[in-house]
Amino acid sequence: MLLLSHPVPPPRPFRLRLLTTLLAISGCAGPYPQSTLHPHSDFARATDVLFADIVWWAAVVFVLVDVMLLVTLVRFRHRPDRPAPKPTHGHTIMEIAWTLAPAVILVFVAVPTVRTIFATAGGAPADALKVQVIGHQWWWEFKYTDLALTTANELHIPAGKPVRLAITSADVIHSFWIPPLGGKRDAIPGKTNYIAFRADSTGDYSGQCAEFCGTSHANMRLRVIVESDSEFGAWAQNQLASPVVPPKASLAEQGKAIFSRSACIGCHTIQGVSPGTIGPNLTHVGSRATLASGLFPNDSAHLASWIADAPAMKAGAIMTRMKPPLTDADIAALVAYLQSLK
Amino acid sequence: MTHAGTAHHTSMGLDSRKMAFWAFIGSECLLFGSLISTYLVYKGRSVVGPYPHDILNIPFTSVSTFDLLMSSLMMVLALAAVQRGDMKWGKIWLLATALLGLVFLGGQVIEFTEFVHKGLTISTNLFGCTFFVLTGTHGAHVAVGVLWLLTLFVRALQGKLERANAMTVEITGLYWHFVDVVWIVIFTVVYLIQ
Amino acid sequence: MKSWLTTTDHKRIGLLYFWTAFAFFLIGGVEALIIRAQLAQPNGHVVSAETYNQLFTMHGTTMIFLALMPLSASFFNYIVPLQIGARDVAFPRLNAFSYWVFLLGGLFLNASWLVGPLFHAGMLNVAPDGGWFGYANLTERPFSPGPNIDFWVLGLQILGISSLAAGFNFIVTILNLRAPGMKLMRLPTFTWMTLVTQFLVITAFPVITVGLVFLMFDRFFGTHFYIHEAGATPLLWQHLFWLFGHPEVYILILPAMGIVSEVLPTFARKPLFGYTVVVYSGILIGFMGWGVWSHHMFAVGLGPIADSVFAATTMLIAVPTGVKIFNWVATLWGGDIRGTTALHFAVGFIAMFIIGGLSGVSHASPPADLQQTDTYYVVAHIHYVLFGGTIFGLFAGIYYWWPKMTGRMLSETLGKWHFWLQFVGMNLAFFPMHFIGLLGMPRRIYTYPPELGVAQLNLVSTVGAFLIGVSVLLFLYNLVRTRSRGQRAANDPWGGATLEWSIPSPPPVYNFSVIPTITSRLPRWHTERHKAMQDPPATPPAPIHVPGGSWWPLVAALGLPVMALALLTHTLWIVFAGVALLLFGIYRWAFEPFEV
Repeated sequence: MLLLSHPVPPPRPFRLRLLTTLLAISGCAGPYPQSTLHPHSDFARATDVLFADIVWWAAVVFVLVDVMLLVTLVRFRHRPDRPAPKPTHGHTIMEIAWTLAPAVILVFVAVPTVRTIFATAGGAPADALKVQVIGHQWWWEFKYTDLALTTANELHIPAGKPVRLAITSADVIHSFWIPPLGGKRDAIPGKTNYIAFRADSTGDYSGQCAEFCGTSHANMRLRVIVESDSEFGAWAQNQLASPVVPPKASLAEQGKAIFSRSACIGCHTIQGVSPGTIGPNLTHVGSRATLASGLFPNDSAHLASWIADAPAMKAGAIMTRMKPPLTDADIAALVAYLQSLK
Repeated sequence: MTHAGTAHHTSMGLDSRKMAFWAFIGSECLLFGSLISTYLVYKGRSVVGPYPHDILNIPFTSVSTFDLLMSSLMMVLALAAVQRGDMKWGKIWLLATALLGLVFLGGQVIEFTEFVHKGLTISTNLFGCTFFVLTGTHGAHVAVGVLWLLTLFVRALQGKLERANAMTVEITGLYWHFVDVVWIVIFTVVYLIQ
Repeated sequence: MKSWLTTTDHKRIGLLYFWTAFAFFLIGGVEALIIRAQLAQPNGHVVSAETYNQLFTMHGTTMIFLALMPLSASFFNYIVPLQIGARDVAFPRLNAFSYWVFLLGGLFLNASWLVGPLFHAGMLNVAPDGGWFGYANLTERPFSPGPNIDFWVLGLQILGISSLAAGFNFIVTILNLRAPGMKLMRLPTFTWMTLVTQFLVITAFPVITVGLVFLMFDRFFGTHFYIHEAGATPLLWQHLFWLFGHPEVYILILPAMGIVSEVLPTFARKPLFGYTVVVYSGILIGFMGWGVWSHHMFAVGLGPIADSVFAATTMLIAVPTGVKIFNWVATLWGGDIRGTTALHFAVGFIAMFIIGGLSGVSHASPPADLQQTDTYYVVAHIHYVLFGGTIFGLFAGIYYWWPKMTGRMLSETLGKWHFWLQFVGMNLAFFPMHFIGLLGMPRRIYTYPPELGVAQLNLVSTVGAFLIGVSVLLFLYNLVRTRSRGQRAANDPWGGATLEWSIPSPPPVYNFSVIPTITSRLPRWHTERHKAMQDPPATPPAPIHVPGGSWWPLVAALGLPVMALALLTHTLWIVFAGVALLLFGIYRWAFEPFEV
């Protein structure tokens, strides 16, 4: 966990406001759900402070050099009456001076950099909420280590509590990134990376895969829902419960029967119904707000088209059209069943 | 084999072809360096056998190594003969170098065949991948060298290789010794240090 | 026609490099414009996800390997022998071989846009689609089953051979073919930077070659170099790629820095300030370029100690770079600055490159980089370095040396229009990308939702990109117009200090009627200590023998794409055809009479 964390976010000092002010001037007002300039955790704030420092140094150097350049260009522009320039070849003291000057500035950048590297290295207290994050082409799987709970694409965490994510991949290299909550870490097959942070306040943040991972890399999004302790507890309890059993003779029950006898079971888990692990766990899919890793709202219309032809909605989707195709009635039943799985 | 700017005075006083070859050898060091580093990084990480100690035949490869070292000696003799204009012995030593190179390649063919029979192919495990690509790349270099030496030998038979071409033989030697040195490193890293 | 196919004249090969690289530059530019059209607004539908991934992969690969490197090579070829007072490069036929291999490698890569039906791909384009960095294990057969990555893996190996051959050639040329009196510390800065670049080429390309060979074996022969299930790690690729990739950045920028160091003194009528420091800082950058590769991998999780070390080395490399910038400004200070188009581009280089350098410092800091890497912030950074830097430097070189290369002056009026359009265009295109990235847009995504809040900024960027497109067309018009209507160039239209200006424009085939003897670093300028040299006489006092052309470099070069074709089509006999062609070419080459 970060040493420099605060339970309550401090007011943003002026030096941090430079970039956001520039944005406002340029007419882009937000809100920016994926912004690195609007940090909402100790991790994100640490990187933001460091970045703001660097931007200030960079601005100073840029202005100095470019003013020098412009002054030179104007002052020494060609004039017919100008005498031939003095052929100076160099100046040792000046060379030493402008070697040392950037070196000194870089020390001012390097020291806080190293401090922040160690502060953000992924260590967390023992009571941190531990979640395993597994990248898949092209969705995210979340396994809450201590809660024996598995979900997909929407990560729920409590505000103000330390969280430690153990990040890996099931296929190719991905990169897990929720900018308002902290920097990214790559999800690499055969390796586990850690990030740790404490979210400041409740809210709904978005992120997405940052490492090119194939056809639908652009569509590998995720949401993080930061909740109060009690909301998080209630959510977890609901996720731990057995899946809803549809009432007899309902459309949902038909849907369950169709699900159980079709290819769905090969890839998806519904606790007590099917064991597949290739696609997202659907035990409580009805409780999620979005579909297809954050691409669409989880409503009947989108869910129906998704089941009918996923690759048409998300390029390269591995869930292909069923052969023989499902009838509209079958799909309606499946939608009713999946939506009942709150 | 004359080239623009070779036979004439040069700024560094070094034959241009020879300088180019030194640059080439520097470049090759990085090539073999990367291959050998990969072998070392992946050493002991195979998840299935056969492993190096199951399969490497050190006495056999020691003989191959000795053979290649001897070929370097022949190369030195060949160059010395050509430089003093003794084309008769020049031919003999060139042929001897090439033949010892061929013997080494033969040894590699026997070794590879035996490994395949014992269940190690290029796709069996990481040891197979790194071993065959590393030693195979080296073998390809030896093969190019043998072809080159035989070419010189044929030129000599035709009477087209003379004392004036000593630089060509010297550069061939440079290549041949380099390939030999690389083998010493591979032999040490792959066979001796297990 | 035949004389161009068999030419071994470094000047003709330089022109071939220029026109070929410029054609690839246009192709890469069109790819960029399609990318920008797609991203002009959220949920764009100009191209499909698959095509988009091919476009950004080929845009990067084309610009780096087929446009910027060979455009630099065009100047290595044309200018370096003239600057050192040589009649040609050390190995003229090897030079021709480098060019033909480059051309064939570029055609091979780009053929992938059109040959989909031959591979039953269901679409016309099967271009590489794994990014210019081609990260394993995405590029392994199970995740990329088509021929796309095959084209990339084989094409880059072919191009590597071209670069390596040119590298050996120019190292020997610069070290060994200098005119009498041209000591190393009297070499023009451009030639110095070329030398450093070639050392980087011959050391960096073997590393990527090994990485590509592993990938090729994984894809074709069932090895497991990057497959973690077999105990390997896909990170090996990243280490090999960036061990090459970072020196490659300096391979791209050092020649441009060399050009700027030639252009500024000429148009300020003042020697380069701190020549020795500029040369040594170039050498230092070359060395240090080897110790920073892992800064491309801060998100990989190498641990805090490795991250700190690579942060430190990366920040350190900013020092010699800064030193160069200060020396350039000091060169202009006190000068008599003539605002030619070449000078505009050289000054533009300084102003733009410093932005790229400073944003580079921000991702030299690993925690900040964790928010920036793989976002549009980095896209902004590399374009300030490679467009604001390398391309501005190359254009400075083109406007500066075009009269020497063709005997005609480019229009200065059109040149200024070109500069300002390109300057405004590039800042519109790339500056907003800093914000687009900081607001959370990753790179290499074919679509983004409106909720991200970056639609306006992306639209601005697209407008800027098309402005760059217009400026490049204007430049092309200037080139074409100059062929017939350009003013004739004298030997020395600018008052340059180096040897290339002492001979006619364009130079005769033998370059120097008499090889000059050099007594100072600025041979054609009168300084306190040295008188200006006498230019060689217009006609040679004695006939100069010039070597004839040769077919065999072209024949040998043809063997390489044939061998690649064998793998691409999984047809064994074609390999033998390719090897036979290569050997045939090499043997005929080795034994043909070719005298100087």
